Amino acid sequence: MLLLAVSIGVAAVVLLTAIGEGSRRYVTGEFAALGTHLLIVFPGKSETAGAGVVSGETARDLTLDDAMAIERSPRIAQVAPVVIGSGNASWRAREREITVLGTTTEMLEVQHWSMQLGRFLPEIDMDVATPVCVMGNVVRDEFFGSTNPIGQWLRIGVSRCRVIGVLAQAGITGLFNTDELVILPVASAQQLFNTPGVFRILAEAINQESITAARHEIIETIKARHQGEEDITVVTQDAVLSTFESIFDMITIGLAGIAAISLLVAGVLIMNVMLVAVSQRTKEIGLLRALGAKRQQIISLFLTEAVFLSFFGAVLGLGIGEIGSTLMSVTFPILDFTAPTWAMIAAVVIAVTSGLLFAILPARRAARLDPVLALAGR
Amino acid sequence: MMRLKRLCRDFQVGDEVVNALDHVDLEVQPGEYISIMGPSGSGKSTLLNILGLLDRPTSGTYRLDGSDISNLDDNTLTEQRQKHIGFIFQSFHLIPRLSALENVELPLLLAGAPVTARRERAREVLDSVGLASRLHHRPDQLSGGERQRVAIGRAIIMKPGVLLADEPTGNLDSHSSGEVIEIIEELNRGGISLLVVTHDPDIGGRAQRHLLLRDGRISKDESN
Repeated sequence: MLLLAVSIGVAAVVLLTAIGEGSRRYVTGEFAALGTHLLIVFPGKSETAGAGVVSGETARDLTLDDAMAIERSPRIAQVAPVVIGSGNASWRAREREITVLGTTTEMLEVQHWSMQLGRFLPEIDMDVATPVCVMGNVVRDEFFGSTNPIGQWLRIGVSRCRVIGVLAQAGITGLFNTDELVILPVASAQQLFNTPGVFRILAEAINQESITAARHEIIETIKARHQGEEDITVVTQDAVLSTFESIFDMITIGLAGIAAISLLVAGVLIMNVMLVAVSQRTKEIGLLRALGAKRQQIISLFLTEAVFLSFFGAVLGLGIGEIGSTLMSVTFPILDFTAPTWAMIAAVVIAVTSGLLFAILPARRAARLDPVLALAGR
Repeated sequence: MMRLKRLCRDFQVGDEVVNALDHVDLEVQPGEYISIMGPSGSGKSTLLNILGLLDRPTSGTYRLDGSDISNLDDNTLTEQRQKHIGFIFQSFHLIPRLSALENVELPLLLAGAPVTARRERAREVLDSVGLASRLHHRPDQLSGGERQRVAIGRAIIMKPGVLLADEPTGNLDSHSSGEVIEIIEELNRGGISLLVVTHDPDIGGRAQRHLLLRDGRISKDESN
C-alpha cells in the first residue's frame, strides 16, 4: 500500500515534468524552425526585450530609407520591411475584410513560405509601387473557389491590384496569419494606407554567430540616421525564444511543485501506514525489547524499513512514469515527452526523504512502548 | 542472585490504584528452582516482569547480583536484561515470518554479534533442545511443543543466569508439556536459576521451592 502511494507520487513527478518538457521542446522547436537568424526592428525604445513594444507614439517612424540602410550592413543577409493594416477587399460580388501586408520579395524566404500558384512579389526596389498582389490560401478559396485567380484584379479600398500568386497553406507562422493575408509591394501598401513609415523591419543575419553583431550594426545605423537618438528596439528571435523558455521553465517547475506536493501527501500516508504497522506489530516490538533491543534499535529498524519502502516505491514510480511518458509519446508523436533528469532525481530524493521524515514519529512511538504492555498486545 | 526488598508495584486503573505487588520481600539464590502460584490477579506475572527487568517497581529495591536496578537508565536495563535473563511465555511469542534459526539468533543479532558466529551458536542451541532437523521451519510449520522449544533456545542463547517461565505449558498438550518441563529442568540442573509461574499444581509441585501469591503478597514460601 505504502509502496503504491510512493510510486504514484514519483510517477506523477515524472509524468508531469515530462509533459512540461515535451511541450517546451515542441514550442521552442517550432520557433527554431522559423529561422533563428531573424531580427525584428521596432520603432520606439522598449526596455522589455522579447515582449515587444506595441507602438511608440512619440517615436520616430521607421522608413524605407532606414530599411535600405540596414540592408547595406555587411552582417545582414536580407531585409523585409513590414507595413500592415486591414482593408476591405472585393472581387465581382464578393467582399471581405482582409489583412494587408506590404513587404518585399525577400519576405518569402525570411518567413519560409512557399507558393501554391504563380509567383511571389517581384524583385523591385522597395520604394517602387506596383499594382500586384499575392494572396493567402483562405482568401483565395473564399474569393475565387476553384477559379484560377492569376491575372484577376482585386479591389482593396480604392486601389486595385492584379493577383500574381497564391501562397501555400501555412496557418499562423510566427508573426502572421498567413492564409488570411493579401500581400502587396510595400510602397503600394504605404500608398493604400497613406503612411510614410513602416510598421517593422525584419532583418535576417548572415549566420547564427553574427546575430549580436548584426543587432549592434542595425542600432548604430539607425542611430546615425536619427540624429544620434536610439529610438528603436531590435529584437532577436533568440530573445523571444528565451522568454518562452523561461515561461516554460516556470510551468515545468510549477508542475514539479504540484507533483512534489503529491509526494508529501504520500509522506503523510507513509506516516499513517507506519503508525498502523506499529500498532499491529506491538507484540513484536514488545518481544524485541524483551530480548534486549534498545529504544534506538527499534527506531533504526522502523526508519530503515521506511527508507527501503520509499526507495523501492520511488524506483517503481520511475518505471511507471517512464512507461507513461513513452505511451504519451506514442499517442502524440509530435511531442517529445521525456522527463528531465533533474526531476527524476529530485523525485526519488524527495520520496526517500519524506518517507524518512514521516516515519520518525511512528518509529519513536514504537520505541516508547512499554514492553510489558506491548507483549500483552496493548 | 536476586533480592527484592519491600517491593511495591502499583497500577492506575481508571480512578483506582491497584497494588499489584504489595511490599514483597524475596531472595533468590543462584541455581534455585522456584514455582510461583496463586489465583488470577495475585501478581504472579507482575512479579516475574519485575524480576525480569521488563518492569520497574513503584517503590522498594531490587538488587540483581548486587547492583540496584532502580538507578539504571533504559539502555543499561535493556543490556542487563539481555545478559542475565531468559524469558519463555505461554504464547511462545515467536516472530512468524522468521525461521526457527532466525528466531533463536535474535538476541545475538540485537547484541550485534557477527553473522557466522551467531548462526553457529543458534544451531548449537537448537540442537541441544532437539530441533536440529527443524532449523529452517517457520513457526506455523512447527507443533506447539516445538515452538516452545525454539522459544527456550532463544531464551538461553545468551547464556543467562536466570530463566523466567510464565505458564510455559499453558498452550501445550500433556506430551509436549512433559518434554518442555524436562528441558527446562535439565537446564536448571546445569546451574540456571529457574522460576516458573503456573496454574498447574502438578507442575508447581515439581519445584524445590514454592511461592504462593495472594493479593500482591507472598502468603507462603515453602521448600521441599
